[in-house]
Amino acid sequence: MLIEQLINGLTLGSIYAIVALGFTLVFGVLGIINMAHGEIFMFGAFIGVMITSTLNAPLWVAFLGAIIITAIMGYLLERFALRPLRHKQGVSHLAPLISTIGVSILLENLSHHLFGAGNHPFRTSFAEISFQIGSITIYLVQIVIFVISIVLMLVLTFWLGKTRAGKALRATAENLETASLLGVDTKKTILMTVIIASAMGGIAGILVGMAFNSVTPQMGLSMGLKGLAIIILGGMGSVRGAMLGGLILGLAETFIVVYGDSGYRDAIAFLAIIIILLIRPQGLFGQKIST
Amino acid sequence: MRQVLKKFVGVAAVSSMLLLSACGNSGDQTSGSEGGKVEADIGVVSFLTGSGAAYGEAIQGGLKLAQEEINAKGDVKINLIFEDSAGKQDQALTAAQKLINSDNVTAIIGPTLSTEMNVVGPEADLSGVPIIGTSTTAEGIPQIGDYVFRNSIPEALAIPASMQKAVDKYDVKKVAILYGNDDVFTKSGYDTMKKTAEEMGLEVLTTETFQKGQSDYNAQLTKIKNLNPDLILASALYNEGAVIMDQARKMGIDVPFVGGNGFNSPEVINIAGKSSNGLIVATPWYSEKEDEKVQEFVTKFEEEHGHVPDQFAAQAYDALYILADALKNAGSSDRDAVKDALAKTKDFEGILGNFSFDEEGDVLMDPTVLVIEEEKFVEFK
Repeated sequence: MLIEQLINGLTLGSIYAIVALGFTLVFGVLGIINMAHGEIFMFGAFIGVMITSTLNAPLWVAFLGAIIITAIMGYLLERFALRPLRHKQGVSHLAPLISTIGVSILLENLSHHLFGAGNHPFRTSFAEISFQIGSITIYLVQIVIFVISIVLMLVLTFWLGKTRAGKALRATAENLETASLLGVDTKKTILMTVIIASAMGGIAGILVGMAFNSVTPQMGLSMGLKGLAIIILGGMGSVRGAMLGGLILGLAETFIVVYGDSGYRDAIAFLAIIIILLIRPQGLFGQKIST
Repeated sequence: MRQVLKKFVGVAAVSSMLLLSACGNSGDQTSGSEGGKVEADIGVVSFLTGSGAAYGEAIQGGLKLAQEEINAKGDVKINLIFEDSAGKQDQALTAAQKLINSDNVTAIIGPTLSTEMNVVGPEADLSGVPIIGTSTTAEGIPQIGDYVFRNSIPEALAIPASMQKAVDKYDVKKVAILYGNDDVFTKSGYDTMKKTAEEMGLEVLTTETFQKGQSDYNAQLTKIKNLNPDLILASALYNEGAVIMDQARKMGIDVPFVGGNGFNSPEVINIAGKSSNGLIVATPWYSEKEDEKVQEFVTKFEEEHGHVPDQFAAQAYDALYILADALKNAGSSDRDAVKDALAKTKDFEGILGNFSFDEEGDVLMDPTVLVIEEEKFVEFK
């Protein structure tokens, strides 16, 4: 029972982590919270459902489709909801936040019209593959989710720390003006960041669809809030923090159900965040810049 | 000779139609005159956007179909005015007030959720507007006042009926309960389940909760699995319920589930597929019933919406017919006359079955218990 619950917690935590990675990337560079991230994640899941169920295409096509569509959505988000507000006289620093909230409401309602209000099952034979160890059933999807989240974290860490583009990104995060004076194409860097973050949201969407077999237009909101809580817990803009924060939240939620009352599932998880913040206000891995 | 007769019948039919339409025109304002048809504005408050928009869609579909048929028959002419409540109490109240005061409707159908009815019901009762809930199954709804009715079977009647049959058949001793604790509807279903389980002397191994829109139930289900219940009582709406069953079956839980009213929808099968086998629900609505009216409704609804109507559509459909019946009997669109006529509804033969209101405006009818077998709802015996 303990091992089964541990697997449940790790699966949930890995999904939280992937969602939070997208949040933290955008926050690290732009210093804003992208409230539309949850809805982009939801769209990724729906694209996956459409491609696998309606078109009967294989799973890798679904992944590719979701990544492409969410990347395009990321481009549109940056181009029309964020860029016009940057460096404008008299625009409040809260404006981009409000603008992303607007986008999230738009996307949620759009998905209502496009996909309908109900729950969509995610049918793919891949999600059915499982191993039996004793009385424990492990699904391949659960392992894949865990592995993907670790790989994404490692790739992001490497990319930010070791590559030119990553350095440009960190320079942009440090100081936009200075970076652009030093020859960094900040416009392109910011655009890239938002696109990559959105595509990661799309990947997370498909993974959730496969793991829980449930895709609804409302899933973006709760996942978005959890992702937000995680980056506060892990430290704003920190990649390792997002990963660890996600796992902590996933495990905490699962074990509250095991040893406590499932009614307090959300409450206890967020209570833990308040306590950690009281002890370490900057979050577990909080630094100014992401590494 | 035959030719002449045919012609005569034809002419008679045409002239009577002309006569009827003439009556209709003159009767528009002075509704209720002898032989003229009653015209009435009916307000609908429904959950059209947001997490429960699927219910609103079904209800709207059922009402519109009934409206077309009733208006085509010509005894009563009904105009429907739809307002969205978005599942929120305050918005439902505003919508109802608008319908009562500025649109001056004869009666209201809706709102969708029992929570909404708890605020809209008293308001309608105070204003003297008859109101019929088509999906409000929580306890105490018709008791709000004389003007408040419902044609949705209360959970307090449906759940014990299905539990009794399941317990008898599977020789159940131990149960686990799972319910959504952030909704009056699923909470009230849980209260009934708990009470019924106690009365039947069943051992409740654990009580787990979840919230609307949650997608991961593995933690709760793993816990339930390890306790080995004979039966799982799940008070959930179908969107969550179907996913719960899917995750439970994947985990290796193969005991039957007993669900409340919100769990009873063909969508469960669409979403959960073969995992939905073994779900037992009591229902006022059975779309496979061998009844001409039922099959006609199902065919028409399917043509328009592409799927089989669920109970929300069926209950809304019947509610408008009950209301049309009352309007006809009242002979006018006066709110009080309609209320009195509604209260007298007895042995109404709708698609749900033989229907009457009791003295409080609550439902009197027998539910059918269904089980999903091989991805189909069949009668549970």
